Amino acid sequence: MTTKRGRVLAGGTDLFLWLKSGKADVDVLVDVSAIEALRTIDVRDDQVVFGAAVTHAEVAAHREIKALFPALADGCRSVGSPQIRNVATLGGNIVSAQPAADSVVPFVALDAQCEIASSSGTRVVPLEELYEGVGKSRVDATKEIITKIIVKRPDGPSANAYSRISPREAMSLPVVNAASLIVTDGKVIVEARIVTAPVATTPFRAKRAEAFLVGKNPSSLGDLAEAASIAQDEARPRDSLVRGSGEYRKILVKDLVEMTLYRAAERLG
Amino acid sequence: MQELNCVVNGKEVTLRVDPTRNLVDVLRRDLKLTGVKVGCEEGECGACTVLFDGKPVNSCIIPVMKAQGRHVITIEGLAQDGELDPIQEAFIEAGAIQCGFCTPGVVLSAKALLDENPDPDKEEICEALSGHLCRCTGYLQFYDALKIAAEKIAARKA
Repeated sequence: MTTKRGRVLAGGTDLFLWLKSGKADVDVLVDVSAIEALRTIDVRDDQVVFGAAVTHAEVAAHREIKALFPALADGCRSVGSPQIRNVATLGGNIVSAQPAADSVVPFVALDAQCEIASSSGTRVVPLEELYEGVGKSRVDATKEIITKIIVKRPDGPSANAYSRISPREAMSLPVVNAASLIVTDGKVIVEARIVTAPVATTPFRAKRAEAFLVGKNPSSLGDLAEAASIAQDEARPRDSLVRGSGEYRKILVKDLVEMTLYRAAERLG
Repeated sequence: MQELNCVVNGKEVTLRVDPTRNLVDVLRRDLKLTGVKVGCEEGECGACTVLFDGKPVNSCIIPVMKAQGRHVITIEGLAQDGELDPIQEAFIEAGAIQCGFCTPGVVLSAKALLDENPDPDKEEICEALSGHLCRCTGYLQFYDALKIAAEKIAARKA
């Protein structure tokens, strides 16, 4: 008996097209999108656990997620079109591994962890470590499956925001997108996470900008703007016939990072 | 070949299908529901939109076995006893039809929206229809049609 090549199918909005074009080739598809245990959003006191087969539409419409993680709700609302969002899953967007995936960029800003299951057990890995390259995930969909995406709720007061620029609002890839998280001790910033894409082969963390913000007052707009300038300096967007010149997109990095930091600071109140 | 059991336009359906096919192909060829249109065949244009358990999806990128146990509604499922759905009437009144190719999908997205939100504002209408391309560019008439449809549905309930 020959070994059948199997592969996990979730929403299929990418995979089904790849099968048609020959980019993917399988003998067996295992559809996990209706498994009840993968279909829930569990909001706990210390963390939120997303089943990997939750759809983008479900996250975008979820009242508690909109309040807790507006960056994620806004990112999910930017994916494709309503018809795509009703089908496409969180886990699928991660495994498709596009650097600017609109749900992944905010998830990385929120330091999401993924639980991955295979016949040899389960492991938990930071989402940002799951990118091998553009369109290439370290999750091997022929052998393993993402089961959960876990986001810890920060200890101190925190806020997050997401923004993107694209030619139109639906069915349109981002020219640049960005997500920011600010955590404070009630006075000053103790942790910042700034993610922007597509400016690298993975969602890009502007780590120098993040470090700059630690110890700063979140209501200091000058410091937030300075962090955005540092992020602009760190990012290396390429010239793209589809998305625009690198030079233009570098400016957008500053604008979008600044916008998300301002918005997050505003949400801190 | 696999056995598919689902409910299409309120009727239980059992079919033997090749699981590599997409839903739109089975709806059109096997069930002769040719109101479902094939446009881009890659989930961009919305012409193949059907309701899947009440929610709009692009049936061109749905592997057919995903319909197992589901309720599918196509444009043929809207009229009841020979009477058009109020949304269909509204599209005619608003002149929201030109070549007609995108219309079945748009009407179904409109139905999903109005079922959930009987009085949508302009922004909500635009978002709900954002996954549809109309190459005749009759977008403003869609907006008028949905306003008329919302009034018709409210009047029927009153």
